[in-house]
Amino acid sequence: MISEEECREAAELALDQLPLWVREKIGNVAVIVEDSHPRHLMGIYDPVGGVQRIVIFRDTHPNAAEVRKTVLHEIGHYFGMGEEQLQARTKMFCGCELSFGDRPNTHTCPVCLAHPGVLPVINEQAVRYALQIALALESEVAPRSIFHRKNYFYPDNPKGYQISQYDIPLARGGWLGDVRIHRVHLEEDAAKLTHVGESGRIHGSATSLVDFNRGGTPLVEIVTEPDLRDPAEAREWAQLLRTTVKQLGVSDVNMEEGSLRCDANVSVRRAGAEQLGTKTELKNMNSFRFLERGIAAELERQTALLEAGGQVEQETFHFDPRTASLTPLRSKEYAHDYRYFPEPDLVPLAPTEEMLRHAREALPELPAERRERYEAELGLPEVTARQLAFDAQLGDFFERALAVADGVEPGVLANWVAGELSAAQRHFGPDGREVDPAHLVAVARMVVEKRITHASGREVLHTLIDPGSSVGDPEEIVKARQLAAVSDASELEAIVERAIEAEPAAAEKVKAGNPKAIGPIVGAVMRETNGRADGGEVMRLIREQLGLD
Amino acid sequence: MDDVLELTVAEALRRIEDGELTAGEYFDAYAEAAGGDELGAYLWTANPGPTATPPPPESETRRRRAGDSLRGAPLAVKDIFCTEGIETTAGSRILEGYRPPYTATAVRKLADAGARLLGKTNMDEFAMGSSTENSGYGPVLNPWDRERVPGGSSGGSAAAVAGRVAPWAIGTDTGGSIRQPASLCGIVGLKPTYGAVSHYGMIAFASSLDQCGPLTRDVTDAALLLRAAEGRDACDSTSVGIDGGVELPSREDLDGLRFGVPRELSAEAEGIEAGVSEIFERTLGKIRELGGEVDECELPHAAHGLSAYYVLAPAEASANLARYDGVRYGLRADADADLIAMYERTRAAGFGAEVKRRIMLGTYALSSGYYEAYYGRAQRVRTKIADDFRAAFERFDYLVTPTSPTVAFKIGERTADPLAMYMSDFCTVPMSLAGIPAISIPAGLAEPDGGGAGLPVGFQIAAPAFDESGLLDAAHALERAIDFDTRPPGVRP
Repeated sequence: MISEEECREAAELALDQLPLWVREKIGNVAVIVEDSHPRHLMGIYDPVGGVQRIVIFRDTHPNAAEVRKTVLHEIGHYFGMGEEQLQARTKMFCGCELSFGDRPNTHTCPVCLAHPGVLPVINEQAVRYALQIALALESEVAPRSIFHRKNYFYPDNPKGYQISQYDIPLARGGWLGDVRIHRVHLEEDAAKLTHVGESGRIHGSATSLVDFNRGGTPLVEIVTEPDLRDPAEAREWAQLLRTTVKQLGVSDVNMEEGSLRCDANVSVRRAGAEQLGTKTELKNMNSFRFLERGIAAELERQTALLEAGGQVEQETFHFDPRTASLTPLRSKEYAHDYRYFPEPDLVPLAPTEEMLRHAREALPELPAERRERYEAELGLPEVTARQLAFDAQLGDFFERALAVADGVEPGVLANWVAGELSAAQRHFGPDGREVDPAHLVAVARMVVEKRITHASGREVLHTLIDPGSSVGDPEEIVKARQLAAVSDASELEAIVERAIEAEPAAAEKVKAGNPKAIGPIVGAVMRETNGRADGGEVMRLIREQLGLD
Repeated sequence: MDDVLELTVAEALRRIEDGELTAGEYFDAYAEAAGGDELGAYLWTANPGPTATPPPPESETRRRRAGDSLRGAPLAVKDIFCTEGIETTAGSRILEGYRPPYTATAVRKLADAGARLLGKTNMDEFAMGSSTENSGYGPVLNPWDRERVPGGSSGGSAAAVAGRVAPWAIGTDTGGSIRQPASLCGIVGLKPTYGAVSHYGMIAFASSLDQCGPLTRDVTDAALLLRAAEGRDACDSTSVGIDGGVELPSREDLDGLRFGVPRELSAEAEGIEAGVSEIFERTLGKIRELGGEVDECELPHAAHGLSAYYVLAPAEASANLARYDGVRYGLRADADADLIAMYERTRAAGFGAEVKRRIMLGTYALSSGYYEAYYGRAQRVRTKIADDFRAAFERFDYLVTPTSPTVAFKIGERTADPLAMYMSDFCTVPMSLAGIPAISIPAGLAEPDGGGAGLPVGFQIAAPAFDESGLLDAAHALERAIDFDTRPPGVRP
């Protein structure tokens, strides 16, 4: 059991390290340390009614790390968010918080502005996150990795060098899907430059503005082996990578905000050739679509060049998504001798056993594993398995639905989630209401049990999501909208009879052996029942009454 | 009562404690002296009178914890240390007018222990030099002979302490920048083990070598200052502090201690003046008289130290000085030019010749195709030198050499010959490369080659890493036996 003093210190530290917005909300919180709770609770945070205080019970905490977890858990619980979201994310080598879209140069300090005399200090949280990524990619973590200085002059690079990893990266090797990973390393981001003037580039611009908010953001660079063969495959793999990292909860991996960025190395070779051709590098592809298009454009360019007897030069292109064109970057901007040498201000990065264990334990089920399990254990078809596994949100919803399925087949639920739910969510967009997985299970069950038709099931689901409708549970919606299937056999038989009478021409054609002519009769039934009749049953009754079976 | 300016800090603190002197009187005496400095030692000095801003409450607790040990003692700080709101230039025109938004850890720790900032001292630009002639703000004069240099790069700190315009000072030592000026000015200079004192806020020259240390009138003051400044700092990953802290020295003999004399850095070294050799030999005799053993030893790779140093230090400097680009602070020349021209003109106007020379040397040494031949090789030499010291310390407790091959040289004498200037650090660079502590204590006066009045000669003692307490103890015993009078003739009453 942790000592009282240690416990208090750990709790206070955890409170101090909460993101600014949380600290502002909760104000001053008193830490109370008590020996134990009769129900073996770990902690209590109840700010309503009285003094702001958090109580930590010592007996359930072996060490400071656990106390920290409890604090984050309790505060997180109150705000309805995960512990992870409460961990302030800070820059790679200083304590400035990460931000996006804030007023320029408001998240800076002497360190990330490279004032004289400052020194970098490695952000342990960033290392922990990077370790999770490395382990998710089955990459081998180096016992000691080294930071280097990569020297170049540019206004987005205030020290005149970027601290990055060079010959001994954080991790080497690994796989994601069927693509081999070459290496995974840590580095810091550059500041953001805005060039005011016609060209939008530094040359020819009237003024350039620097925003150092982004400067120093931790970056994990993942390099693959040359295992991707066409633009669509590259796009699909990048999406898998995104889902995988998102699943880890270590980054927003948002291409538009730049928290996922992608450069592509592209080369072509003659069919049958062993050696890869000369490669070029494409930069600035800030969406999956542009990535695919950029690679396609570059493949086309290289192929045409080679077919005309030319040679591919090793160069770097800037992809312009508006025109889908590739502009070579001026060699002055990119032909660098970076003069790498070991960063003397840092000691080697040696992850402890504890850090590795934590990273391993924090690994959730990853998309590739999930897809495999869906196919092998649940018998889902490949397309559905992939869709659910690669869309973390859908997949997690499916998992929660499975947990309360109570007899509804996984395959049925999978179709509802991957098909109707996903379509309905797209339809309503971000305004749509969250669906309770138990409600989706209820809808699927009613359809399976033929209490409502599939079309009615879809309607119930839409009602659940529609922000404009009054909330209800599926049973209430079925009742309110009178969606219950016409299940009384004699009632349905009578309706079918009337429909055949109303469509004599169609009836004749069906009897004469044209099964496609049955449509108008079915339509008449559905009109009368407002679509509440089961289609299969209706078909069966029509054929029966026409004397076809 | 003696002149306050003649007291060591330890003596002054004792008088303050006994009520014979007030902290205000002590500070004001120095503030007035510093304000009238004629040596060019200062770039900025504090005004006499009570502190404008009372220390923040946070530092009160720290002061109590440190025993309120420094009681307002005035402290001269090399202008390489950032001081919040007070101009900090590192002797360079490129930082003219730069007021840092933060204070260096070493300065803050000393302030927390009760020291009061007296002034910022002149230095070779970015600590590159051995004479302080490379300052962008004019040279510093040696108080023993104003036609001569005080050494460098902490020449302002050394001259101020020797010239009685500061009771003590901090400086930085990359290849000898504390020890060599201490030697040339007849005072004590200590370069602690790499990592003993935080680098945070110390403007970087060669990060893997730079180390903060004291320049004082005696060994006890050096211990007193180091004790307050050392320690691990969360802002400096390379800092470790000194395990067990620093003991104030009390030793009066050298019984049972073994002193090694590396041939390569004494008898076999080129360019050691006769007078320096003579004082060195005389001091070895004193060690024996105090009961120490003296024997010759080898540091086979030490003679290559200077070559390795002049690859490694410029290489690191070339990156460390890249941030002075005119974009965020300091000088910006020709704001209307395009980016590259702005960079070029800013750096051309802001840096002095020696700084440019070293940036070019370092950039070249790191260039693709040359990296292995220069930087890689120099690193291997550095490892060998560290191994040499480790081996020597198996046989010896301390190693001793002359600090500087020569006494103070004339202003302008070596400015045209960079290699001659670089030789000033021949005996001090190997310890820097090995990261071990070394102290220079004044051992006597010697005539320069070619004759003239006697000038101070320093005696260097090096110790294994983190054995600062033992080193200070040995230096203390030897200092007593030498009984050097640190007062230059010009300031003698």
